[in-house]
Amino acid sequence: MSNINDKTPENLTSIAEVEDAKLAASTEQSKSQSRIIFERFLKHKPAMISAVTLVLITVIAFTSIGIGPIPGWWKQSYLDAGSVINGGKPSLSLLPTWLGGSGIRIGDHPFGQDSVGKDYFALVMNGTQKSIIIGLVVGLVATFLGAVIGAVAGYFRGWVDEVLMRITDLFIVIPLLVLAAVLGQMAGHGSGSIITLALVLGLVTWTGLARLVRGEILSLREREYVAAAQAMGSKTSRVIAKHLLPNTVGVIVVNATFAIAGAILLESSLSFLGFGVQPPESSLGLLISQYQNAFVTRPWLFWWPGMIIVVIALAVNFLGDGMRDAFDPRQTGKKRRRRAGLFAMPTRKDKP
Amino acid sequence: MLKFILKRLGSAVGVLFGASLLLYVLVINAGDPLADLRESNAENREYLMQQRSDYLNLDQPWYLRYISWLGGVGKCVVGSCDLGRNINGVEVSGLLANAASSTLRLVLLATFIAAILGIAIGVITAVRQYSGLDYIITFLTFLFFSLPVFWAAVLLKEYMAIGYNNWLENPEISLGRSILIGVVVGLILQMLLAGSLKRRGVTFLITAIFVPLLLQYSVWLNFYRYPQMGPAIIVILTLLLALSATAMTGGLKEKKILYPALVTVALVAALYYATFWLLKDANTWILIMGAILAVAVPGVIGKFMGGRLSKTAAGVSMLVGFVGATLTVVDHIFRAWPGFLELKGRPIGTIGSSTANLGGGYWDSFLDNATQLLLPTIVLAIISLASYSRYTRSSMLEVQQQDYIRTARSKGLSERTVIFRHAFRNALIPIATIAAFDFAGLIGGAVVTETVFGWKGMGDMFSTGLHAVDPAPVMAFFLVTGTAAVLFNLLADIVYALLDPRIRV
Repeated sequence: MSNINDKTPENLTSIAEVEDAKLAASTEQSKSQSRIIFERFLKHKPAMISAVTLVLITVIAFTSIGIGPIPGWWKQSYLDAGSVINGGKPSLSLLPTWLGGSGIRIGDHPFGQDSVGKDYFALVMNGTQKSIIIGLVVGLVATFLGAVIGAVAGYFRGWVDEVLMRITDLFIVIPLLVLAAVLGQMAGHGSGSIITLALVLGLVTWTGLARLVRGEILSLREREYVAAAQAMGSKTSRVIAKHLLPNTVGVIVVNATFAIAGAILLESSLSFLGFGVQPPESSLGLLISQYQNAFVTRPWLFWWPGMIIVVIALAVNFLGDGMRDAFDPRQTGKKRRRRAGLFAMPTRKDKP
Repeated sequence: MLKFILKRLGSAVGVLFGASLLLYVLVINAGDPLADLRESNAENREYLMQQRSDYLNLDQPWYLRYISWLGGVGKCVVGSCDLGRNINGVEVSGLLANAASSTLRLVLLATFIAAILGIAIGVITAVRQYSGLDYIITFLTFLFFSLPVFWAAVLLKEYMAIGYNNWLENPEISLGRSILIGVVVGLILQMLLAGSLKRRGVTFLITAIFVPLLLQYSVWLNFYRYPQMGPAIIVILTLLLALSATAMTGGLKEKKILYPALVTVALVAALYYATFWLLKDANTWILIMGAILAVAVPGVIGKFMGGRLSKTAAGVSMLVGFVGATLTVVDHIFRAWPGFLELKGRPIGTIGSSTANLGGGYWDSFLDNATQLLLPTIVLAIISLASYSRYTRSSMLEVQQQDYIRTARSKGLSERTVIFRHAFRNALIPIATIAAFDFAGLIGGAVVTETVFGWKGMGDMFSTGLHAVDPAPVMAFFLVTGTAAVLFNLLADIVYALLDPRIRV
């Protein structure tokens, strides 16, 4: 077998040997599974655009008004009221003068001002920070709970599965918004911080993932490598953590992204209804709720927070879609099949 | 099968029990129901607080409160529900009856529209995977997924309702705008119908010329304020439908399908005159009976005249009969429209589920309900449309890779038969589960929608109840939605087991 690297010999008999020789002769480096998935993900254009957008929004939201005590580069604070300039109209303008606009400038209040003269850009950025934090925390909590509960139910089966799945059903029967609203109301009356709200939302959104992971684990636990690990004396926790969960990572990661998008929308709905973030604090949903009647007179108070929710949720959803495509082993290149039109009249030939 | 259903039902009731206990405990701990009274300066403050704690049984421990609530619900079995009193001492059972009817009407209609449209869109995008149409629709569904319900609702209110109402004051479409509409409709239509480049071009040209002419003609007729159709157009339309449905299924030469369809068309024309005065002042029962007859009678005609093709013939005749009946009703609605506009100047409503003191006849209140229902239904339908079309698409793509689809293609079946007879039916199976989940989700969405549109439905009941930490209305809301969710899930499981023989029960 020493001369295979130099030249494919003529006298190989089995197909396996030929394939082997070809592999050895090729100069291309072999790739690991995760590398292949990552490269597939990089090729997914919408996901890449979304990733860039998300990073941009996050960076702007966190650096502009700063985080907590750390000040940002934006001068105005979202807490200070001021004099209303120019009816509070946004000073942001992207249309150059030669197109009839007022030139490209940012101005003092790019997103305008609210009724008491607070800078709307700072307010919206504050809300964006809240949305991103809530989305991430909910995503983490829900993913952790869902993965662990699903894995335990699927691995042990029997009465453990029965009990865990009935608990899951319990949460599914109560509409998500209702449960979240009740818990949000409790959290709001308690400390009122957004982390509490996010933790509470995480406690109710894990059910879908738990069901999916359970289904995956139920089929994975019958594989030989699990039996081998058990035979070699691995502890149950090790089998679950090292052998089973890594193989469901596709399902978990994809669902985590969708959970983040769902959480951001859920928080905005709750805040809109008054069960989420409470007034001294602010969030995008709350801003829309406060200014929905100002739509005709001061539309920018309504448009900015809404647009940012839509853009964030859209980007996260596309990211999730890209990941799903990347993890899907059946996804091999895009080819478009051309077939006869579905609504075409049957020609004489087609007739059965 | 019966054992399976009973077992599922038993576990569903158990889950409902547990969930109600969980929710009850959470709600009564969600705040202080006396908070507003504690801060009030009213002279009879003590009395009011005492009265409210009597209504809510605040002096009892939580488990007694829950048990007494549960006891009241238990009376539903003997037909006299007692869902407790709300914070003002009003019986919740009475409130629920009104609220539930408007909310369920909204949610059912939205589910129905979303399911039909969503499944159709899903099938088309799956068949044309990776085409321009697929990309556009994929983007749109993602956009709809990402829309906050309330935000979309406010936008629709501003642009659709108020815009349309303003336009209707003096309905005119300028020439440029109607050409633009024609071009856009043409582009969409050629994408939907697809085919070769020549076919697409012809589709586009015909639409782009025909639509502007139609628009200008309708403006000239003042169609938007005084719409009219008349029996001649109804007959022509049903006749065209009968001919094309026959051509699509068996070919025009197939007398066994063509004749029953033509008989149905004649029946539609005769019944238009026969039922004219009856429908002039209709009621809901007449419409429901009419709809049933409009399907049943042509079905029987098709079955008896169809011979060896009786199944296809019955299907075609039923379709023709139903569409003919619908057109007849639409004709009556058209006749009622000018009178309705006099009663209600700005037709598309943005607040409430019906207009108070409208007056007028059956068709006027019918139109009023419909126009009030329009916007909330669109908002709800758009959002669940996205999930239906997404799931149908992936389910169709999955099915299309199966061996039996390749077999069907290779034995020379036409593409339509492969898609509808072999792929679509199997792809529908998982959709049954989605529909059950989606219904429960939509009720949650209805809470937000009702708030935006100012409906006094169940969502409003829930939302005000929770703000006041008042368990009775919140639990009444849960009772309806939870039961609906459990029933729909059970139904989905049964349908699943019936449709898919691989699932053993």
